[in-house]
Amino acid sequence: MAATVQTVERTSEPPHLRVGERLRILVAHREILANLVRKELKVKYAASVLGAVWSLLNPLVYLAVFSFVAKVLGAGIPNYPVYLLSGLLAWNLFSASMGPGARAVLDNANLVKKVAFAREILPLSAVGVGLVDFALQSAVLLIYIVVSGYGLHLPELAVWPLAFVTLLVLTTALSLWFSALNVRYRDVGHLLNIALLVWFWATPIVYAEYQVQHLAAKNDVGGAGALAVYFLNPMVAVVAGFHRALYGTVRPIVGQDPVLFHESLGWVAGVVTITLVVSLIGLRLAWRYFFNRSGDFAEEL
Amino acid sequence: MSGPAIEVADVSKRFRVYRDKPTSLKQRVLSSRSRAEDFWALRDIALDVGEGSTFGLIGHNGSGKTTLLKCVAGILRPTSGTIRQRGRLAALLELGAGFHPELTGRENVYLNASFLGLSRKQTDAAFDDIVAFAELETFIDNEVKFYSSGMLVRLGFAVAVHVDPDVLLIDEVLAVGDEAFQAKCLDRIRAFQREGRTIVLVTHALDTVIEICDRAAMLHHGELHAIGMPSDVVREMRYVLLGVTDPNFVPEEGTREAEIAEVQIVRPNGSSEGAILRGDPLTIVIDVRQNEPLDDLDVDFAVLDGATNHAVLDARTSRAGLDLGRFDKKRVRFRIEGFPYEPGKYWVTVGLSNRTTGHLYHVQTQRYLFEVFDAPRVQELVEVPVAVEVEDL
Repeated sequence: MAATVQTVERTSEPPHLRVGERLRILVAHREILANLVRKELKVKYAASVLGAVWSLLNPLVYLAVFSFVAKVLGAGIPNYPVYLLSGLLAWNLFSASMGPGARAVLDNANLVKKVAFAREILPLSAVGVGLVDFALQSAVLLIYIVVSGYGLHLPELAVWPLAFVTLLVLTTALSLWFSALNVRYRDVGHLLNIALLVWFWATPIVYAEYQVQHLAAKNDVGGAGALAVYFLNPMVAVVAGFHRALYGTVRPIVGQDPVLFHESLGWVAGVVTITLVVSLIGLRLAWRYFFNRSGDFAEEL
Repeated sequence: MSGPAIEVADVSKRFRVYRDKPTSLKQRVLSSRSRAEDFWALRDIALDVGEGSTFGLIGHNGSGKTTLLKCVAGILRPTSGTIRQRGRLAALLELGAGFHPELTGRENVYLNASFLGLSRKQTDAAFDDIVAFAELETFIDNEVKFYSSGMLVRLGFAVAVHVDPDVLLIDEVLAVGDEAFQAKCLDRIRAFQREGRTIVLVTHALDTVIEICDRAAMLHHGELHAIGMPSDVVREMRYVLLGVTDPNFVPEEGTREAEIAEVQIVRPNGSSEGAILRGDPLTIVIDVRQNEPLDDLDVDFAVLDGATNHAVLDARTSRAGLDLGRFDKKRVRFRIEGFPYEPGKYWVTVGLSNRTTGHLYHVQTQRYLFEVFDAPRVQELVEVPVAVEVEDL
């Protein structure tokens, strides 16, 4: 038996969340996380012949469809498929993790009531499943970027890890928070579906972030202030980061479209960094909320 | 041996019972909070479980056993009090908790094992043993949705017994499978005991508690009703089970030169469990052991009405003119040809004494119980003497 025997004390007080200690526990429980992600993937593609190919098909179809549609509509954004997908994949990771993430505790009520383990693993596994799909779909996009001759550009590409980490922190924070909130208020699930719909259009995925700048500049709706409000949506900075890293810049047509300012690479990196810091604070708060509430999950389900 | 593995100090657990639990914002806003009622599942429970010991937890359904176990496991948080627990803990509250029907037996073993704290490597090492224990070699790569419930339970237990905890909490999972499998499970528990692991066992199988536990506690309506030697606690449990609380309960007495080894109340069907019908025959079988040579040993028993505590029937070997003499071990059968009394609960007191001096060797006062039901044949021809007279008019 182990030389040092750990002693656990359980009281009525929710224990104080010590991030380092809790992280060690989560690392010790990583096997459960890996198994749950594996289970979700397996169940998702159970009894389907193509399995994970379905995940790959989604971006392929987007690429094919928008290669033609963009020509017809003349979206004003050159190489529209690359633009669309570089942002859309980030959004997909976000929304595909949040939906199951918010239901993670509810859907696993049986586990929560019968098995003792770190509850954080449940929403985390939803994010994990989203990550697997994200990796597969990003591989498709990368191959397209390389094969189509669009190419990757190095200084911009450096923003990708930053944007990716920010996206991950943000998604994890919201999944933790919503999954805990959902136990008490089942409205959260419904609310989230509608919120995601609005959120999608409030994020520059199908349109260019510059177009919002035009509006702000042209209609005098507050100028830089309005743009700042727009950037309160953390996904704007995240998607802007992904766009800059994989697609580059949508150049405003000089003379025709007034803009407030030109967004330099440094500026984008700065905005993403600020969003990352805010997301980290959000993660800390969401984690504490989840941690404090998790002691009562078994009772409330 | 260094202190208890589990210390439960004054633990209470309150559940809020909502008539209409508000689970949406609208309900939360519209309904007042006063609808919640308090239900105390545990009240001021204090007990220690020594390291390396096996502790039995018994009680009715709803007495709080599982709640206590869940508090120890960290699934529920006590409302007040403290639980201190040392060492790695694994809780088996439900066999195969987290089994997913779409996964194969193999995948479920890995998933389930990780919940119980086994790493992938450890599971790899134990995998063949697990499958062999569950006797599922041929089906392990089938999806468990095709398993029978017995197969699921076997697989769940097989994973559970291959975990490697210092403290093992088991909730009512031994009562599964056929007898052969149950015997296998008990063997495994004994192996855990030999390895010095601490076990807390929640069960309704009272004989199992006597057989394998070092100590036991009984919970009753959330309170600690009895704690101590398994046989004492189980006896208390049996009293409560039968709904008779005896304020005059006397523990065993006597100087033990002779001992009551075993007492069975044999019903008409040959079983020593279950109720009898009024009028059924009943045999009280008393096995007696003499620890030193004794003359004039008298074996007696009395039946007391559970409602009034009055003796309704008694018999002794000396009255029947029997001299048992000196012996090592003997079996005495008192056969009641037909139990004539009202339906209800009846106590049996058994005693060994010296028939000349009256010295008590061993007395078990009101230790055994049986229950009598009304015979379904309500109207029965009884031979009542009827006089017949005929006269001319």
